[in-house]
Amino acid sequence: MPRVTFIEPNGTEHPVEIANGYSVMEGALNNSIRGIDGDCGGNCACGTCHVYVAAEWRERTGRQSEMEHDMLEFAEGVREDSRLCCQIEMSDTLDGLVVHIADSQH
Amino acid sequence: MATAFKQIEDEAIEMARSVAYSMPIEDIDMTDSARFVDNTHWAFFERLRKEAPVHYCANGRFGPFWSVTRYKDIMAVDTNHAVFSSEAHLGGITAKDQEDDFILPMFIAMDQPKHDVQRKAVSPIVAPANLAVLEVLIRERAQKIFDNLPINEPFDWVDRVSIELTTQMLATLFDFPWEDRRKLTYWSDVTTIDVSAPDAKMTRDEQRAILIECLTYFTGLWNARVNAAPAGDLISMMAHNPSMRDMQPMEYLGNLLLLIVGGNDTTRNSITGGLLFLNENPGEYQKLRDNPALIESMVPEIVRYQTPLAHMRRTALQDTILGGQHIKKGDRVVMWYVSGNRDETEIENADAFIIDRARPRQHLSFGFGIHRCVGNRLAEMQLKIVWEEILKRWPMIEVIEPPVRVKSAFVKGYERMMVRIPG
Ligand code: HEM
Ligand code: FES
Repeated sequence: MPRVTFIEPNGTEHPVEIANGYSVMEGALNNSIRGIDGDCGGNCACGTCHVYVAAEWRERTGRQSEMEHDMLEFAEGVREDSRLCCQIEMSDTLDGLVVHIADSQH
Repeated sequence: MATAFKQIEDEAIEMARSVAYSMPIEDIDMTDSARFVDNTHWAFFERLRKEAPVHYCANGRFGPFWSVTRYKDIMAVDTNHAVFSSEAHLGGITAKDQEDDFILPMFIAMDQPKHDVQRKAVSPIVAPANLAVLEVLIRERAQKIFDNLPINEPFDWVDRVSIELTTQMLATLFDFPWEDRRKLTYWSDVTTIDVSAPDAKMTRDEQRAILIECLTYFTGLWNARVNAAPAGDLISMMAHNPSMRDMQPMEYLGNLLLLIVGGNDTTRNSITGGLLFLNENPGEYQKLRDNPALIESMVPEIVRYQTPLAHMRRTALQDTILGGQHIKKGDRVVMWYVSGNRDETEIENADAFIIDRARPRQHLSFGFGIHRCVGNRLAEMQLKIVWEEILKRWPMIEVIEPPVRVKSAFVKGYERMMVRIPG
């Protein structure tokens, strides 16, 4: 299974495995990663799965949809590398992905 | 003993069930506030979810409308802001249209792009750093309220606790003159009165006159703050924000009322509801006493179970298909959060109040999509403080009579709930 590392705002790292086809958000919930709430169940409708994706992964994680862009407009601490991780689907090409969890989720 | 009254309510709910299942389905009108004041709407929604999840009512109290009652369909409408508009001039966000000659523009009832700009102007009030400041203030004030409650003597929880706490919070957000703070409660209540109801407490003209008084009062505050240095309260934030400082008076009033009602009724009724649900479910109350850490997951469960706003409404901007039904451009579409939150296909054991659910935040009470509640974390924080402070003081607060509910198909809440703290 491909591996993803979640890094909390305080630097703590959580390496986990997420099966192909699941979203990174679902992977976080299944592994009880603190700071990812996923209130809307992955409908890109709440902004509680906000992460930062390092530059080298940006191509492979795909682009923001319009809805994702709209939701991120209202998130706290939005940056150029912000993503809603329910919109990133796991596949072998994402093996080794590193995401930083945003400070607070609404 | 404390739950004896629940039996009476349960019997009424069962009686409503036979009515709900025997009447012609096309005659069901969920905008009828009578079903909310006596808490008998449940079986009607249950039937709609099963038999007509996207349901057309031709003769609704406020005109023809679609009822959307399943969790998934509600999510589909709430997240499709390109097709389902919130715009005030098309009717706005409640089943009842805004009145053409008294339109109150407010960003909850705006579409993109204006909505986005105004929402961003006020959302810093609930940014994490500001929430941390507010938490200290809110706790101090809550402690004072609790320390002054009578022991072994019946009193109205709604008035003494729920209203007082939320009004104080609101006064803090606005930096509103402290001694006048009950005006906020009053304006909030006046705003949500359905003056078209046969037994309405006031006329349309009286209602408008009072709201204009509210505007006049707040204009005084605005004038003082626009000339002062920018501060962290909501009025100063609006007065100094480039996208809001040129608002017309009615738009200022609209946005004020959004914040007053949004921040007031909803949290107030969650504070009352929580105590009611624990009384109705003594096993859950025991779990909480045994493990106060459950407050964390109980708070979102209270908000789900209460669903303080029963619905939000949209207007279709184009023909579309939803749940197999053909919705026409201009149609009124009502998302019944109160029903979606009891949808068994999405939430396990949805009719039960369970304070230690694994995914308690999976509910519709705050809406979803670009209009999702700005104040959700603030509301949760208040409820958390309330329950932490209660558990520090008393193992039990008894509800001693059935609560008196609000007669509205929009604000789902309580007028009065008599309780006693055993001493
Ligand atoms: C338990 C308490 C609360 C509940 C259940 C609640 C519920 C809601 C709902 C259902 C919406 C509309 C969502 C949609 O259309 O998708 C909303 C929006 C909003 N709420 Fe709350 N609310 C609560 C507390 C608060 C508080 C404390 C505040 C104030 C600080 C607040 C301010 C707002 C604002 C400003 C909006 C408009 C957001 C927009 O249109 O972008 N709410 N709320
Ligand atoms: S889980 Fe809600 S936006 Fe990702």
